[in-house]
Amino acid sequence: MTHPRSPMRSPDSGAQPLDGETVLSAPALPFRPFAPAASPDPGEADALARAQDGDHYAFAHLYSLHKRRIYSLCLRMVGNIGEAEDLTQEVFLQLHRKIATFRGDSAFSTWLHRLAINVVLMRLRKKGLTLISLDEAMEPVPEEGPGRSFGAPDLTQAGAIDRLALERAVAHLPAGYRLIFVLHDIEGYEHNEIATMLDCSIGNSKSQLHKARLKLRDALRTYPRQEGRR
Amino acid sequence: MTSDPNNSSCATFQALLPELIGSGENVANHPHILSCARCRALLADLETIAEAARQLLPIVEPPDELWEQIELAIKNEESDCRPV
Repeated sequence: MTHPRSPMRSPDSGAQPLDGETVLSAPALPFRPFAPAASPDPGEADALARAQDGDHYAFAHLYSLHKRRIYSLCLRMVGNIGEAEDLTQEVFLQLHRKIATFRGDSAFSTWLHRLAINVVLMRLRKKGLTLISLDEAMEPVPEEGPGRSFGAPDLTQAGAIDRLALERAVAHLPAGYRLIFVLHDIEGYEHNEIATMLDCSIGNSKSQLHKARLKLRDALRTYPRQEGRR
Repeated sequence: MTSDPNNSSCATFQALLPELIGSGENVANHPHILSCARCRALLADLETIAEAARQLLPIVEPPDELWEQIELAIKNEESDCRPV
């Protein structure tokens, strides 16, 4: 299950504390998400330079360029529309405060993406999503495992996974599982990066990702049958 | 070979799966996968989910009012920072 990711950086290069200030002022990470703004809007560089000089209209333009990506990220990480809106606002407020510190060591979209993830993680921590809950999620739970939907058709036999069904299943994952699934499988972070961000072990990250996928598999095999009963 | 979900070799293999997958090994060539249709189906499903997840990136549109809220928050912050 290897993805065509960008080359991994050295294992210790991601060992920064989860701290928005630190991340923002640190050298840019070479991380590239699966779908970064590979071809940035031609006006982005100009808007960025003007926004760094305090041009409000340029900042609004940057918002319009990146709002979908940031809002989608927030929504997937927290699974709640109101909270995603609130977090998106916080991300762009932070961006407004810090934009002058962006030095262009990485793509602006990468820098902003990382800022957004840190804002979301800090919020989740304030709300009590700690490693306690992550570790609890690792405890063996009898109903977990690949056998729950025994008898349901395999996903691969059923054809392509319905995108909406997957979105819904991801939204219903427990917070800890959802976080790691979104960071790894959707956003493209490596386990060592996730371990650093969440202050957990790499093994923990791998284990929870696996359990998240098992839960999704169960859900995706079950949803159609549930809907069929309606 | 086996399709028994309680088979101990399946349980042992599945306990190793997170590490095998996470380490980037070619799990498809694992001896247990080659001999166990059930675990092969499980692995295929997990790969399908991971692949499908990558298509989820784009993209949800935030509500139009959100920018107005951000704009207002920025103005409030700027006025708070202005020297009296």
